[in-house]
Amino acid sequence: MSTNECRVHAARFADARFDDGIEANAIENLSRRGFLKGLLSTGALVLGVHLVPHAARAAEKAAVSRSRAESATLHPDIFVGVESDGTVYIVAHRSEMGTGIRTSLPVVVADELDADWSRVKLEQAIGDWHYGGQDTDGSHSIRDFFDVMRRAGATARLMLIQAAAAQWGVRAEDCETELHKVVHRTTGRKLGYGELSAAAARLPVPRKETVRLKSKQQWRYIGKPHKSYDLVAECTGKAIYGIDVRREGMLYAAVAHPPVLGGKVKSYDDKEALNVKGVHSVIAIEPFKPPAAFQPLGGLAVIADNTWAAFQGRKKLTVEWENGENAAYNSDQFKQELFETVRAPGRVARVAGDVDAEFKKGVRTIEAVYYVPHLAHAPMEPPVAVAEYRDGMVTAWTCTQNPQAVQYTVAEVLKIPLAKVICHVTLLGGGFGRKSKPDYVAEAALLSKKTGRPVKVVWTREDDIKFGYYHTVSAMYLKAALDAKGRPTAWLQRSVFPPIASTFKVGANYGSADDLSLGWTDIPYDIPNLRVENGPAKAYVRIGWLRSVGNIYHAFATQTFSDELAHAAGRDPVDYLFELIGPPRIVDLKGTDYPNYNASYLAYPIDTGRLRRVLQIAAEKSGWGKRKMGRGRGMGVAVHRSFLTYVATVVEVEVDDHGKLKIPQVHTAVDAGFISNPEFARAQFEGAAVFGTSIARTGEITATNGAINQSNFYDYPVARMPEAPLRADVYLVESDAPPAGIGEPGVPPFVPALCNAIFAATGKRVRELPLSKHQIT
Amino acid sequence: MIHLRVNGVERSFDGDPAMPLLWYLRDELGLTGTKFGCGMSLCGACTVHLDGKPVRACATPMRQLANTQVVTIEGISPDGSHPVQRAWIDSGVPQCGYCQSGQIMSAVALLRSNPHPGDREIDDAMAGNICRCGTYQRIRAAIKAAAEALREHE
Repeated sequence: MSTNECRVHAARFADARFDDGIEANAIENLSRRGFLKGLLSTGALVLGVHLVPHAARAAEKAAVSRSRAESATLHPDIFVGVESDGTVYIVAHRSEMGTGIRTSLPVVVADELDADWSRVKLEQAIGDWHYGGQDTDGSHSIRDFFDVMRRAGATARLMLIQAAAAQWGVRAEDCETELHKVVHRTTGRKLGYGELSAAAARLPVPRKETVRLKSKQQWRYIGKPHKSYDLVAECTGKAIYGIDVRREGMLYAAVAHPPVLGGKVKSYDDKEALNVKGVHSVIAIEPFKPPAAFQPLGGLAVIADNTWAAFQGRKKLTVEWENGENAAYNSDQFKQELFETVRAPGRVARVAGDVDAEFKKGVRTIEAVYYVPHLAHAPMEPPVAVAEYRDGMVTAWTCTQNPQAVQYTVAEVLKIPLAKVICHVTLLGGGFGRKSKPDYVAEAALLSKKTGRPVKVVWTREDDIKFGYYHTVSAMYLKAALDAKGRPTAWLQRSVFPPIASTFKVGANYGSADDLSLGWTDIPYDIPNLRVENGPAKAYVRIGWLRSVGNIYHAFATQTFSDELAHAAGRDPVDYLFELIGPPRIVDLKGTDYPNYNASYLAYPIDTGRLRRVLQIAAEKSGWGKRKMGRGRGMGVAVHRSFLTYVATVVEVEVDDHGKLKIPQVHTAVDAGFISNPEFARAQFEGAAVFGTSIARTGEITATNGAINQSNFYDYPVARMPEAPLRADVYLVESDAPPAGIGEPGVPPFVPALCNAIFAATGKRVRELPLSKHQIT
Repeated sequence: MIHLRVNGVERSFDGDPAMPLLWYLRDELGLTGTKFGCGMSLCGACTVHLDGKPVRACATPMRQLANTQVVTIEGISPDGSHPVQRAWIDSGVPQCGYCQSGQIMSAVALLRSNPHPGDREIDDAMAGNICRCGTYQRIRAAIKAAAEALREHE
């Protein structure tokens, strides 16, 4: 792929956070094509599912001529392989950062194959565009790949049945499977999958119409709690993360980045750094040309024998920086600018009726402004990458959510073809969106090229917090007109925030339709006069997606405002929410540019009946309105649909006279459609309550003269055990609706539910996060 | 030359005595189960046992380790059979798993000094270990389950 094509590719990925819908186009028998060489013997049955249309594959094949060596290491498509010893190999093509997806999807294949999970081995896929978009974010892996995985497993199962039937001279219809074996119904004869793999490998792939999927009742694993494939490794220190990769002859690097985005090295003195025992050299990394996208930030890299020496050497560097124009950024002042912008008319993103006319009628109006600061991802494993440059080719091993972004970023930065970049994906010590941006991998690749040795770049916690792709800073203005019963007749909401697009396009300052679809244009309320707006805001730091993205600030505003209106109207907040949501219906978004998380609105409409149901469940389970809370105690509620999933959260708090906050219990009701692994789903919603606690209590990144003020967990605290909810109960709605998101939708309603609970407990209304600014700790 | 035992094996170190134990374990011995998270004793990902007591390896310089016994996650059981690890596995504690070596090492030390920890004592012992995925609820449950299992063993 040419650099230009690469850029187009990069732009596609950069612009479309959510991948196109994936459709399995064909399943191919690859048994005799030598894929997974070294892993599977020549007699093994190997099936590949094509995830991209044939036309695109043909075009790509014509454009890129691969060497034999390259194609041998390539794993195109999704594989299921059955080895002659009965071992089943399944390729996991999504990144594991804690959601369990590396297990969840292969489990689906294994179930339809009727395989014994204890005989399944997973093979983590490298980056390859044949998988479709591999960026593991946006909570859509199950949604996009559930059906594909079922069909892959069911197809392999049918081929094994056909192979057994042929051997016995009976009809395939008279055979069935029984955990890793094919059984002839009438005679009870049995053959193991391993014994059948060679014969099955010689069969043509059965036509799609002849492949029968299991019925729901026949599932062994799907829909049932299932433990992670990596569980034991993670509890014994054997699991391999990005930071654990070692290569022969590897050097270690720490990079001194410009303190202000876009800054450059003016001059430097590395004498003392080079005197540190174990330090080899200091290498300059060129500043990037805007937009920043995923390029390295530039600066000076200290190359050493071990991580510690690299860190020590970096401390001894004396650097004078030229900070550039982003040094104008002071977040306190910027906050005031946002507050001004948000009160001025913005671009209209959705409209119904006439809000202004209603406001002019002189009825009671209420307005409020909300603010959410920048946030950093702070995954426990900071960004780390190992790269090895050899003969014009880069091999990387890294904790990445997006190995394809590694490929095109490294290709572009090193000016080599995309096909010359191989990216191996390790386990991720957390991601939360940070690790879909591979600037750190490009650093390792550059440094390997310059040193001629494999290089591991290790970011410290300070690097991680000071040089992130921050969750954007935002202000929201809401205004409502209430009728005599306190019901809104008009509702205006306007948000302003530097958009994610600014990281990829210089000067972008309005929210895209994607940004605004995250809890803003999709407000599901039954209000005759409604207007949704967005105003401009300039970015001075790299803005990136962070778990739940725009839903965090949008839900904070709409759900806090709803609570404020309920109290203004003298109504119970849950009753009031039911009234705001209105009767069960499909929300009509005609005329609104609403991407709906790139899902069809027909299959995944906004169904207020489902929203009402989760609210009902959370209210019932929490004993809402039925319990005496006592002094300093309170309950708060919020409801929000995001990533196609409906969530209602009730939070209980205790706040003592010193503002000390405790969260004894959280009740979260979830309708995510069909849930393939309820164990992982529960864990994600338990974790979302803790992630939300961090955002609400102390989540704040600020800047002075363009440089980030925070640096480590002492000034960017995240929730520890005593601060986290003591109990988070999760209620999963049983549903056969199409599967929706799990990883992200738990966070957005938690934060306003917590703040509403604090209001109930203390009378203190929180309109600006974090709580630490309000003497609540 | 500093002599110490790591997971029962005699080791000697003659590098920079200021180097924290964490990097000696990871970069020199290849014991990568002990993780780097903050570099200043704030997150607990690097928790190991020094003469039986939990310490943060990221802030423990090698010069302090002459004639000591260091036990890492790799040293508490070869196969995950330690009762605390069993409880972690049964409760499905990890999400990303990165912090769990440190969490387990802190929990093992807690149960060694206090076989019947209540919620408050668990909070106190575990407050130094951050889990960004938010598995605290399951960690608490696993510690209680492990305490029970350990009592039954007695």
